[in-house]
Amino acid sequence: MPIILLTDGTGMENSAAEVWVYLQHQGRDMLEPSLEVLGKACELAGSLKVSVAGILAGDKVDVLAEKALLYGAQKVYVLQSRHLETYSSAIYTKAFCKLIRSKQPAIFLAAATLQGRDLAPRIASALKAGLTANCTDLKIGSCLDQNTGQEYKKILLQLRPAWGGTSIATIINPEARPQMATVCPGSMKMPQPVRASRGEIIHIPPDVQAEDIKTTVLQREPASRRMDLKAAGIIVAGGAGMGTKENFDLLRRLATALGGQVAATRAAVAAGFIGPEYQIGQTGASVRPRLYIACGISGAFQHLAGIEQPGTIIAVNTDPAAPIFSVAQYGIVGDARDVVPKLINAYRQLGH
Amino acid sequence: MPFTIVVLIKQVPARTAVSIKPMKDDGTLDRGALPAVFNPGDMNALEMALDIRDRFGATVTAITMGPPQAAEVLRESIYMGADRAILLTDRRFAGSDTLATSRVLSQAIKQLGAFDLILCGREASDGATGQVGPQVAEQLEINQLTYVEAVEQLDTVKCSCWREVETGRELAESKLPVLITVNAAANTPRPFSAKRIMRFKNALAPAELAPGASPKALAGRGLLIEQWDADRIGIDGSLCGLSGSPTRVGKIDPVALAGSAFKKIEPNDQGIRELFEELIADHTFD
Repeated sequence: MPIILLTDGTGMENSAAEVWVYLQHQGRDMLEPSLEVLGKACELAGSLKVSVAGILAGDKVDVLAEKALLYGAQKVYVLQSRHLETYSSAIYTKAFCKLIRSKQPAIFLAAATLQGRDLAPRIASALKAGLTANCTDLKIGSCLDQNTGQEYKKILLQLRPAWGGTSIATIINPEARPQMATVCPGSMKMPQPVRASRGEIIHIPPDVQAEDIKTTVLQREPASRRMDLKAAGIIVAGGAGMGTKENFDLLRRLATALGGQVAATRAAVAAGFIGPEYQIGQTGASVRPRLYIACGISGAFQHLAGIEQPGTIIAVNTDPAAPIFSVAQYGIVGDARDVVPKLINAYRQLGH
Repeated sequence: MPFTIVVLIKQVPARTAVSIKPMKDDGTLDRGALPAVFNPGDMNALEMALDIRDRFGATVTAITMGPPQAAEVLRESIYMGADRAILLTDRRFAGSDTLATSRVLSQAIKQLGAFDLILCGREASDGATGQVGPQVAEQLEINQLTYVEAVEQLDTVKCSCWREVETGRELAESKLPVLITVNAAANTPRPFSAKRIMRFKNALAPAELAPGASPKALAGRGLLIEQWDADRIGIDGSLCGLSGSPTRVGKIDPVALAGSAFKKIEPNDQGIRELFEELIADHTFD
């Protein structure tokens, strides 16, 4: 059993310079992207020789706190309040800022989910902390500030794609603390849980009232069908490059012919080619197919983030410089409208 | 009572231009190679503002922070229908990260007086951080509704919006004033009005004027775009630009695009047939 401590939230008991991870949960479970970030945070804390702590907010979340300990957290700070039961921007910001001010972690990380991207910038703004969005890797290392010539050691190196994926930028926060970053879901390895943990669960009563909730949720509509994509062995995905809804329907035919599932990028969903339940990427579903056929997809990292453990990727795009080709095993430089019917024909002719 | 709406707009490198080699050989950005455009998401935000004006009555003010040439997105905002446009430009703003940008924007918004709604796109197409909206909301100490797809209901004290969340969609209600970030699925931005293009195509911000040209003449014809610097909005220079930015770009490494790593398939029947034979041999379909 983990040790459970109660504190008044003002102490500085052996917590300076920790690495913290926001643990997002919904329903009764933790989101996978939060656990991925926790896995990376353990590595970072290891190289800094400090503790890694998960931050949980909600009502009756001890089961989740214990789960976080199994996934590598050495401490879990629990902001326990019925007012924090469901996420809400303003009240979470208030509770988190107070906790961060009192315990002064070195690093604060969150998964770059919709919720993480709603919360982290508000906290950073309130604390005047630097925040880097959608990081695809994090390291501890040295970095030179090119403007001042000063070298910073044992600093968080925040790597993220820049300029449409043609470059990787390393961002640092030289002075402000905590060093904050959101992490692109799917870009870190999912940690393996251990069977038993020796970590601590530390309850900190948050100083929040009902009036701190500024948003009332009147109605919820669950998204459907995302699980189908996750289980699909073959996925035919289309992007904005498909041009029209009619062209996009060609992809459905190919998916049907191959016994696979059709999917889309955010841009294709935004263009109205297909419903949001088919969206793959940072703000859509994560998938792990054996075969991924990307048609008219440039390969923005927000989309690639949705492809976990890709098998074979075939890219079809008119632009030979599109980043999608850099992750593909097979590349067809051509117009998907011409290529897709050929794919359907060839597959049928080969007796499948 | 009409609503007072502020729309935050960013000028970004054109998306289609990203593959044209934006980096110079020394690794710095070749801005000249990148045509600049209206951030697409901010156009959805402006459309939402104009739609609210059509339905309920409102004044719509477009604001952008950027170099003098960013006035172009303000002209386009006026072509779409914005009532007022303000360019925030000052050398001291250069190099701002998202926090420093949010300080400049929120300080400028404070100069405008009372407002009901602040709208912006969910993220800019270049940095894709989605941070500036929430950071502005925090600086102004107001609530936020992010990833909004539709305004369901609006009255003088509150609004409710459908917003995208991890689990699907939710209808969320907030008191005014509130900051809303707008998803692309929210609407289709209206085309520029031909009448307004004719009327405002010669509108300029002072920073765009040729040396010696008089802003007064333009102002007399209603064609001078408002322009505010750090002093006008009352922000300390040390809080904006590079000095006000807690983050630094340590370095930028070009990605070694594994150009030869993939097998090139010819886009003809022969090439595609061979591709499938290979995939079948690899048991990809089993």
